[in-house]
Amino acid sequence: MSTDNGPDEMTKKCWDEKYYQPEIERMDQEDLKLLQLERLKKVAEHCYRNIPFYRQSFDAVGFNPETIESLADLQKMPFTLKQDMRDAYPFDLFAVDVRDASRIHASSGTTGNATVVGYTTSDLENWGDCFARAIALVGGDSTSIMQVSYGYGLFTGGLGAHEGGNRIGATIIPMSSGNTKRQVQMLKDMGSDILACTPSYAMLIADTAVEMGYDPATDFKVSAAILGAEPCSEGMRNEIERKLGVTVVDIYGLSEVMGPGVSCECRYQDGLHVAEDHFLIEIVDPDTLEPVDEGEWGEVVFTTLTKECSPLIRYRTRDISRIIPGECACGRTHRRMDRISGRSDDMLIIRGVNVFPSQIQQVIADFSEVTSYYQIILSSKGPLDHVALMVETVPEFSFDEVRRIEDLQKRIMAELKSNLQISVEVRIVEPKSIERSEGKAKRVIDLRKAGE
Amino acid sequence: MSDMIDQVTVFLENRKGRLAALCRALGDAGVSMHAMTVADTTDYGIVRIIADSPEKALDTLINAGFRAKLTKVFAVAVPDRAGALADLLEALDKAEINVEYAYCFAIEGDIAIDVLRIEGNGNVKDTITAAGFRLLEAHEIYA
Repeated sequence: MSTDNGPDEMTKKCWDEKYYQPEIERMDQEDLKLLQLERLKKVAEHCYRNIPFYRQSFDAVGFNPETIESLADLQKMPFTLKQDMRDAYPFDLFAVDVRDASRIHASSGTTGNATVVGYTTSDLENWGDCFARAIALVGGDSTSIMQVSYGYGLFTGGLGAHEGGNRIGATIIPMSSGNTKRQVQMLKDMGSDILACTPSYAMLIADTAVEMGYDPATDFKVSAAILGAEPCSEGMRNEIERKLGVTVVDIYGLSEVMGPGVSCECRYQDGLHVAEDHFLIEIVDPDTLEPVDEGEWGEVVFTTLTKECSPLIRYRTRDISRIIPGECACGRTHRRMDRISGRSDDMLIIRGVNVFPSQIQQVIADFSEVTSYYQIILSSKGPLDHVALMVETVPEFSFDEVRRIEDLQKRIMAELKSNLQISVEVRIVEPKSIERSEGKAKRVIDLRKAGE
Repeated sequence: MSDMIDQVTVFLENRKGRLAALCRALGDAGVSMHAMTVADTTDYGIVRIIADSPEKALDTLINAGFRAKLTKVFAVAVPDRAGALADLLEALDKAEINVEYAYCFAIEGDIAIDVLRIEGNGNVKDTITAAGFRLLEAHEIYA
């Protein structure tokens, strides 16, 4: 870090503003738009030429990529859905031969197919640059030590952060996730400046450090945390900042579009600057799909501008956010999106794992002992998400002995664990205690935000 | 099995007022309870009831929205003296008959009624009779 003022919390935030790519990050808005237009033409033609899916979907709406004259022409292009990516499994949305890709990432494919994305060498460099901007904006540079405690693997968190560290020339401690006591020890002993992981894991690391007898806010050198892959409430951010003695910036990304680094907060923590040289962001009304007015909330849609292997046109993320109007004091000209306020569909993010209620429904459908009524209650137990599933037994189920009920609970839990990779507490409830609804049933009660 | 009696079993969540609501529902229907036990866990309880009219109790509870079932159990007349229940259980144990759960209630001064839930049938009746105990019949309990 550039400052050497010791661990005092106030001084930690007072680093000089740094930009990894100042000429791009501070680019004049008009120049940025010209750059975007030029790249949009390229990517649209690239998609049309090399991906049959796009050739068909463009043709279907009579869109010719050669006619693009302004960024507004984006509106004429068709959307891409998550399902399109699933249907394309594994390589049908690749614009290059898989053998020319440098790396593959994939989302967990617990329902149907996984979504597979590929990266050419250039894609990986661009991704690394996006994450490197986050490192610079928390004051990091080539002399920084960064502990990466995101999972490494098909998940984009670990290797995405790693790539960013490489691009900026930082020293990387590739911890991956798990073995939390060792994480704490390394964080302390290596003298890391920056921690990159999920918010819930940062909280667990902080709490574990305290349990081990440390005060990480003063005993550890770490001064910034780049946290992403799951929502982080303002209350949680403040708690992590206080416990670890760090500045927390929220980094956003999704594997379909790239991975962490699509957008990132700056020190002002008022919205996430979108890497607008690599991604076009739109906010649309999820029902009409028409663009909303600037500053209004809607579904976030991304078009990749530079990706070679897995370019996407107007990808509907289902994430709800908005563009924050106005300039940011940090000097970056790229527009800011607000933190994700929800999902336009009902996908849940539980401890960083994407879960659809329909997946839970599928699991319990195999148990003849319970009805199809269920309710999921999400709450925060300490730093981690807690999931409770309420189910009702059928009238025929013999519950005369406690062990029968316990046995049923255990079997459902084991099945959920093996199918969804999450631990769920199964509660058997009385008949009709789960709300029946004539319209859309309220299957999920999310209490996680209530504690803010 | 005519030598077994009907127990009403109810699944209750651990929520405020549920047990009272259950008793009120039975009371309003004119059902009288001879015995009631609650096996409680963190989240729920299993309520076991011997009532004067099990069918009516069951219908009443189901109509009131409770998850209720009838369970066949043995009711044994056990002399009200020290060691009597031990004698009965030892006899069952010797015959390798497993008791899932048991509870007692008394109707008259010198006789306790022990309710036994036994997994499988075995020769329960014979074993109990051979040990010198008497199985009570439904009409003796419900009346």
